[in-house]
Amino acid sequence: MEPLLDVKELTMDFGGLRALDKVGLQVFPGEVVALIGPNGAGKTTFFNCITGIYKPTGGDVFVAPPGKKRRRINGMKTHRVTAQGMARTFQNIRLFPEMTVLENVMIGRHCRSRAGVLGAILRDGATCREEKDIVDKSYAILEKMALAGEVNELAKNLSYGAQRRLEIARAMATAPFLLLLDEPAAGMNPRETDALEELIRRICTEANIAVLMIEHDMRIVMSISSRIYVLDYGRMIAAGTPAEVMENPIVIKAYLGEEDMDV
Amino acid sequence: MNLMAQIRQSLIIALWFMFLTFPVLAVRVNTIEKVVEWRWPYMVYIGIGSFLISFVWRYLLARKAQGGKEERSPAPETTKDRATTALRTGATGKPIMQRLMAEPRLYRPVLIVLSLFGLAFPFLPFASTYQINIVTNALLYIMLGLGLNIVVGLAGLLHLGYVAFYAVGAYSYALLYYHFGIGFWAALPMGALFAALFGIILGFPVLRLRGDYLAIVTLGFAEITRLILENWNEFSFGPSGIAGIPRPGLFGMEMDLHQGTIYIYFLMIALCMFTIFVVNRLQNSRIGRAWVALREDEIACEAMGVDPTMAKLTAFALGSTWAGLAGVVFAAKTTFVNPASFTFLESAMILSIVVLGGMGSIVGVIIGAFILILLPEYLRAFSEYRMLLFGLIMVIMMIFRPQGIVVGIRRIYEFKKRAGKEGSP
Repeated sequence: MEPLLDVKELTMDFGGLRALDKVGLQVFPGEVVALIGPNGAGKTTFFNCITGIYKPTGGDVFVAPPGKKRRRINGMKTHRVTAQGMARTFQNIRLFPEMTVLENVMIGRHCRSRAGVLGAILRDGATCREEKDIVDKSYAILEKMALAGEVNELAKNLSYGAQRRLEIARAMATAPFLLLLDEPAAGMNPRETDALEELIRRICTEANIAVLMIEHDMRIVMSISSRIYVLDYGRMIAAGTPAEVMENPIVIKAYLGEEDMDV
Repeated sequence: MNLMAQIRQSLIIALWFMFLTFPVLAVRVNTIEKVVEWRWPYMVYIGIGSFLISFVWRYLLARKAQGGKEERSPAPETTKDRATTALRTGATGKPIMQRLMAEPRLYRPVLIVLSLFGLAFPFLPFASTYQINIVTNALLYIMLGLGLNIVVGLAGLLHLGYVAFYAVGAYSYALLYYHFGIGFWAALPMGALFAALFGIILGFPVLRLRGDYLAIVTLGFAEITRLILENWNEFSFGPSGIAGIPRPGLFGMEMDLHQGTIYIYFLMIALCMFTIFVVNRLQNSRIGRAWVALREDEIACEAMGVDPTMAKLTAFALGSTWAGLAGVVFAAKTTFVNPASFTFLESAMILSIVVLGGMGSIVGVIIGAFILILLPEYLRAFSEYRMLLFGLIMVIMMIFRPQGIVVGIRRIYEFKKRAGKEGSP
């Protein structure tokens, strides 16, 4: 099976600092893959590199959207990467605080619609249909995310957990084949984390979207991921199933500490 | 306890002001009679005055801080219990202006009365040519304000050089008429087009900049435009400007000055309606949402698939278009253009209209334009203190109501049918 995302020897230098050193990673259809590692290991830098926020200094990133040709995307502009079908969330929530919940999600439909200035002014039939389609699809996503009750609330007024869900909803609206989640469970209580786990499972199976997530919460990582990659000081030190990674001595040493971990 | 502290603080401030102003106000040397006059009463006035001002100021600040807390505290509940939220916002939550605008039954009569007044205004007994002229001027600034509102209010790009595009519009009509004898109606779209092109030309180099840097570059651009117009004599006839620009025609009808003024007034009303119509539609379109998202968070906006380059360029181009249109009307209205009409002060004025009225709000910009353009005309008696008052209003606004007179509200979508069918998840 061809991987959806194929990263080869990705390198990122910030001046003299090598943040990522020949990192390789693959995500296959239907998978939930976790990227873990201690703070400062380069996980978010990795996300920023593959989504075009940073331009990697070396290596290749390929995407193969289902039913489309494989493409090299490094150096591609962020919005075009999103249009390819890779949508992300942010570690520190980056919603549009003064826009309503629905509008936040509607922005996600931007790259899947095409109305221009003239269409906006004239409001011709095609534009109206498209607009209705945007609203309907966005509302449908919010219903799935249990946010339908708050469509007209400003995003900044949502609770923390709801904001996290809204970020995922917004990313889902771009109709991705791969969802990149940057610490989705950060700051959540155990009950919210369980709900999140359920949500990610549903995204993966029902919507058939693969998920690559950075996460520190080992409970959710171990229970949900089909494979785990471990990053430390910019190097990929281990990869494998949760069981393999958990027993890997290098991982235990580098990431989980010398002592036995308690998962 | 708190009150005592406030009074003490105000007392200290009063003493400090008395000390500072002592050499200027209390001591007066009469050089003819060679005596020093001591004007103690002035000291007392300064003392009492600064004490009162400081006390009121502190009181207002304290009240504002309290109000902020009251507003913020129920926020966490709102998401949990929507029923009570609805009750609260219905009863006391939203400011009057917002409630007025959200309810068609309330705003419709107001709108009808206002438009009737607008139509009848030039024929009312007190409407002299002068009166009509200053209202036309205010309408011109509404158009400029709404145009700048696209760039500053919606897309969040701080633009201090808006007057440059106003100048482009005015000079395109002046020069097109001078060289080719092109009339007002043909010059109107051409001026708009030229301004839009200039907007794109300015847009390209400043795409990477935001905030203060963008402000400085746009400011510089406006100054460059003005200096070119002032110094390139062969092109723009320098500081003496271009005179004898014809007023807009109406099927070749002859009009005297008063009729011409009324005609331009109605022309401006029509153009303002057109502007409001377009800006309103843009606001709630795919492009408009992209602008607002760009304002809110550029990185997230790009990560959600919005091309920031396109969004910024369209914002610049569309904003400049209105400046161009207004420029053409301005040239036709005054029949004369010269670079002195397009100084930084004009940019600052238009920006103040947007900020005072409320960024991103059409009604706000209209109110802002009327306040800032009409008040100085009717308060000619205070013309010496105009800039002082202007600055004072701005400072007070920024402290007590930084969001402007009218807060831009986001569109509300109704989903009754579906919510009823599927229930809450």
